[in-house]
Amino acid sequence: MPVNQTLSNYSDMAYATSVVIYIASMLLYFGEFALGRVATAAQAREAALVGVKSGAQKSGAEKSSDAKDVVGHVPAAPKRPLAERLGGMAVSMTVLGALVHFGSLLTRGLATGRVPWGNMYEFGSAICLAAVVAWLIVLFRQLRNARREATPAQLRGLGGFLMLPVTLLLFLSGTVLYADAAPLQPALQSYWIVIHVAAAIVSSGALLFAGVASILYLLRSRYENNPLKMVKFGSRLPTSQALDRMAYRATVIIFPVWTFAIVAGAIWAEAAWGRFWGWDPKETCAFIAWIVYAAYLHARATAGWRGVRSAWINILGLAVMIFNLFFVNLVVTGLHSYAGL
Amino acid sequence: MRDHLRTALSFLRNTWRGLTSMRTALVLLFLLALAALPGALIPQRSLNQSEVDKYFQDYPDIAPLLDKIGMFEVFSSVWFASIYVLLFISLIGCLLPRCWEYYKQWRSKPVRTPRNLARLPHHAEKALDTSVDAAIDDAKKRLRGWRMVEHTEADGARSISAERGFLREIGNLVFHFALVGLLIGLAGGKLYGYEGQVIVVADGSEFCNSGTYNYDSFRAGLSVDGTQLSPFCVKVDDFDVQYQPNGQVASYNVGMQYQSDEDLETNTWRPYDLQVNHPLRTAGDRVYLTGNGYAPRFTVTWPDGQQRTGLVQWQPMSPQTMLSQGATKFDPPGVTDEVQRRQNQLAITGLFAPTAAFDGKILSSGFPDLLDPTAAIDVMRGDLGLDSGRGQSIFGVDQSMVQQGRLQRVARENVRVGQEIRLDDGTTVRFDGVERWANLQISHDPFQTSVLVFAVLIIGGLGTSLIIKRRRIWVRAAPHPEPGENGSARTVVEVGGLARTDQAGYGEEFARIADDLLGADVDHSPQPRADAGTARERKS
Ligand code: HEM
Repeated sequence: MPVNQTLSNYSDMAYATSVVIYIASMLLYFGEFALGRVATAAQAREAALVGVKSGAQKSGAEKSSDAKDVVGHVPAAPKRPLAERLGGMAVSMTVLGALVHFGSLLTRGLATGRVPWGNMYEFGSAICLAAVVAWLIVLFRQLRNARREATPAQLRGLGGFLMLPVTLLLFLSGTVLYADAAPLQPALQSYWIVIHVAAAIVSSGALLFAGVASILYLLRSRYENNPLKMVKFGSRLPTSQALDRMAYRATVIIFPVWTFAIVAGAIWAEAAWGRFWGWDPKETCAFIAWIVYAAYLHARATAGWRGVRSAWINILGLAVMIFNLFFVNLVVTGLHSYAGL
Repeated sequence: MRDHLRTALSFLRNTWRGLTSMRTALVLLFLLALAALPGALIPQRSLNQSEVDKYFQDYPDIAPLLDKIGMFEVFSSVWFASIYVLLFISLIGCLLPRCWEYYKQWRSKPVRTPRNLARLPHHAEKALDTSVDAAIDDAKKRLRGWRMVEHTEADGARSISAERGFLREIGNLVFHFALVGLLIGLAGGKLYGYEGQVIVVADGSEFCNSGTYNYDSFRAGLSVDGTQLSPFCVKVDDFDVQYQPNGQVASYNVGMQYQSDEDLETNTWRPYDLQVNHPLRTAGDRVYLTGNGYAPRFTVTWPDGQQRTGLVQWQPMSPQTMLSQGATKFDPPGVTDEVQRRQNQLAITGLFAPTAAFDGKILSSGFPDLLDPTAAIDVMRGDLGLDSGRGQSIFGVDQSMVQQGRLQRVARENVRVGQEIRLDDGTTVRFDGVERWANLQISHDPFQTSVLVFAVLIIGGLGTSLIIKRRRIWVRAAPHPEPGENGSARTVVEVGGLARTDQAGYGEEFARIADDLLGADVDHSPQPRADAGTARERKS
């Protein structure tokens, strides 16, 4: 099927537009973050005395109300409405960006008459959309949730830090990795590309979100362990408990999907490459990432590994995923290499 | 003596405990990930021998060292195997006692209602205008599907302990046992599987899976001796390749026929259209298309009028242009004298371009499809060294024969299809045309299906154990000390909840149940009252 050039141009335009919108939303998130309320030194000291430190021994109830006292119910600063408005705009921009971004993938798919994830540019783009959608789902769920773990403003503090890697990856995909719209080569002409790659995309996106939450968890828990440290930065983040939960839940939900992505890849490999597993570099890295995430889940169940250590494991998992995406596609030659540039 | 025995036993026990602890499993998991890493970074023999050779050239100092510790065969190395064997021992050691424990838990009744429900993470309480019995009946109805026991307590109070989500542990066990099953399936494949490669020219040539000698290369499983291959034959009639204008391949179609089982006896051929992603599955084996190339056809006519035609695959040097190299070799016909025969062998070697493009006089190829097939050939005459006992490549001539002067070039020319070269002794070499060849891979793995089943169980077990929560709920109904206005019965109903694993996400379910039992306006701990209120408003 020939490529529809007009549609493909629209897709490129939508792509560029979505990057611009995402950058704007990132700046808005950071704007809210910068203007947001800070725990004053006095409150910080108080928090230290009340013992956020000893939070581990407390029941969830006490902890969440503590957290409120520390960062939630500070008398409104004069700047507050502006910050909140920025935050609201940031979320709207994210939604808008995601719609345009989706449009870009859709038109790419229509232009080529196939799924829009046949090369690394499209794949990177789709992962970013998955990460943004994961973020929006978390945001809206948390806002509706009866057992709220963070105020909307705190939660949005995470937004900028998610949009940062997303815009970066989109920028790289759109420049260095860009590939013209083209039909698929024979090895990719299979319905498994819909199943295997879609599952890989969704998991990569969600795990990107989880990794960012874990990084912020480490920063926030430094602040909570010593409220005099990183006061401005740490106090604006969601509580470490909330961050930990978000990271954990995203990973728990997506881990079976990630497993499925690998198994689907193996089923496809059996049809395409003549064996279901052959330690191709991409397979090996997928295996390593799987092991690391399995270790993360086990670590959460083992006393002494909860908290900071398990957050590090989650970050390690994200590092392996990113390594798998860039290094294995671009540097190592393997069977997956055709998916590259 | 007895002391020794005791220390030895306790040492064993401690080792076992240590090995089967979660912490050890974690460390082993990390080790496994770490050990797999060189497999992605350093070229592996099993995947790409030429990359390994290149590595040896690029890093002559460290490559032999890496080789010694198995870095080029990570996944069959002893240290890799020992990590996963330890991991699986640890896993099994962890699983067996857990099975027993779960079985006991499953058989036992849900725990008695704690005296003080208010101390549980989830709690709600309200006075209702019903009797104790009616309240308990309502609760039992609402908790249908939960495992329940009832208790009658002092002072006319009654309570229910209910538990749900046992499937979580089952999912967990299924997942871990399926991992073990998967490993066994993989090992079975390594023992009883085989894989072979063979090039078949698409001119109606046949391949039969009757013995390993029919293959160009063959990799046998550890218990495969090559005598009992699954019997089947394939015949490749034609090979159609479609290209896009930029030279990228759009599709491959191998038109072939196959026979297996009783078809072999009746000599019936069944057609099959072999494509990438569509292997032929027959007789328990799979046939894949894994490569392709060109085979030029040359006819040599000797001065005495005898003719021989050679059709041999040449090797593509670049997948983009399909410029190929090779050697088509001939014995002089009708020569009985060994020495004579060996001095007059012929080889046609050189380059073949499906679409000729010239770099000056050097032939190259401009497009992978057969638009202007041209060969740049050297005709060599003399001793090809085929009887020397030394193996030689089918894609070239033995260079040592050339160096010794026993094989000499007698012509060099570019020929298009139909063109002819006349040698000094009157022999002519004609370039007749080109066929395509297909590289077929034949694979056999009797454990493949069981591996798939275990993989599916792994996903199912994981999903179940990560999504389902094990949770408990208790309901206590006690008579209210003050009866209602008109003397009717009043009852204090208390609900308490506990999720045994991760608390996250249980709150919503608990709130729903408490609402159903107590009416919508109760306060569910642990939410602070104000927060719960806003959440409720938002929902309605
Ligand atoms: C055991 C087998 C396989 C495994 C474990 C596997 C693993 C993966 C992983 C982890 C990704 C995500 C990549 C990333 O984050 O960079 C991926 C993507 C992808 N896979 Fe596979 N895969 C397997 C088989 C296959 C097969 C047989 C094909 C096609 C013939 C295939 C085609 C793709 C494509 C097109 C992508 C999108 C990636 C890109 O553009 O880099 N995979 N696979």
